[in-house]
Amino acid sequence: MSDFTEEQIHRYARHIILPEVGGIGQEKLLKAKVLALGAGGLGSPVLQYLAAAGVGTLGVIDFDVVDMSNLQRQVIHNADTVGELKVDSAKRFIEKLNPDIKVNAINGHLNSANAIDIIKDYDIVVDGSDNFPTRYLVNDACVFTNRPNVHGSIFRFEGQVTVFAPGDGPCYRCLYPEPPPPGMVPSCQEGGVLGVLPGVVGSLQAVEVIKLIIGKGEPLIGRLLLYDALKTEFRKLTLRKDKNCPVCGDEPTITELIDYEQFCGMPAIEV
Amino acid sequence: MAKVTVRIPTPLQKITGSKGQVDAEGNNVKDMFTNLEKQYPGIWERVYDEKNTLRRFINIYVNEEDIRFLDGENTALKDGDDISVIPAIAGG
Ligand SMILES: [Zn+2]
Repeated sequence: MSDFTEEQIHRYARHIILPEVGGIGQEKLLKAKVLALGAGGLGSPVLQYLAAAGVGTLGVIDFDVVDMSNLQRQVIHNADTVGELKVDSAKRFIEKLNPDIKVNAINGHLNSANAIDIIKDYDIVVDGSDNFPTRYLVNDACVFTNRPNVHGSIFRFEGQVTVFAPGDGPCYRCLYPEPPPPGMVPSCQEGGVLGVLPGVVGSLQAVEVIKLIIGKGEPLIGRLLLYDALKTEFRKLTLRKDKNCPVCGDEPTITELIDYEQFCGMPAIEV
Repeated sequence: MAKVTVRIPTPLQKITGSKGQVDAEGNNVKDMFTNLEKQYPGIWERVYDEKNTLRRFINIYVNEEDIRFLDGENTALKDGDDISVIPAIAGG
């Protein structure tokens, strides 16, 4: 504990007195590097809670600017940052919350050309993206770089959360070998989404990230947590590694990043 | 025939008249969807593709297990089984 400043001992006191975290766990958090994909509905609580928890390096990648219609759920932004880059708005929030955190704000798209390079600088990836091409890209890049991918996705009143840990469990392609054809599954933009839903799902993702960092508890590997806000119901389903998976199976056929927009038959950007 | 309950995901609830859970009968999963189609026309083509194979972005679970790791659409059902239809969602 000797590395902590007095202010840090004060700031993280409620963690440090938890036997499961303690000084050692808090040090691990301060040394950890986590990349949040998207500073939107899921990215907001993920970044807020990881920053509060003292995760020392937070990367955030997003191409978008803050729009008034985001504020119904993307609570890292506010009315004063409408029109600003989401990554800049998020960075400002984090720095105000916790000056311990180093924020890497990456304004742009994650794509096949930059994904490996960006991801390899982090220990854990949190997928809060909003489209299928990016979901598959993130999955494959995490398999190739051996990084755990803490996955969350939402639709209207329902959420899905799981941890894809290369080597230890299934990947996204084991779960969903192919994306739905364009138009088959409406986006949040078309279908709407309850504003608090990403708050619940993103907070669950943040919990899983912290468990992975401090090495405590049972990570949500090989299990899919479903949240139904209307029924107030949580359920868990078993996920298995598919030995025929094209990226993590016994005989992988995809060994480098591909063209994901072509694979999904749709652009990664929601217009 | 086994009597089971089927959990219908939001995107498919238009077909079931907004019902998130329906009763169904069948000795196996395929049988159950065949019967369900009679009750809720249109559900089959949301779950099966043109070649009558289960769509690869929708998973069917019997209780907590993915039928791809059981007997697929031939997975046998028994009274009281809890069937979940879980499509991929991408929102964030
Ligand atoms: Zn896989």
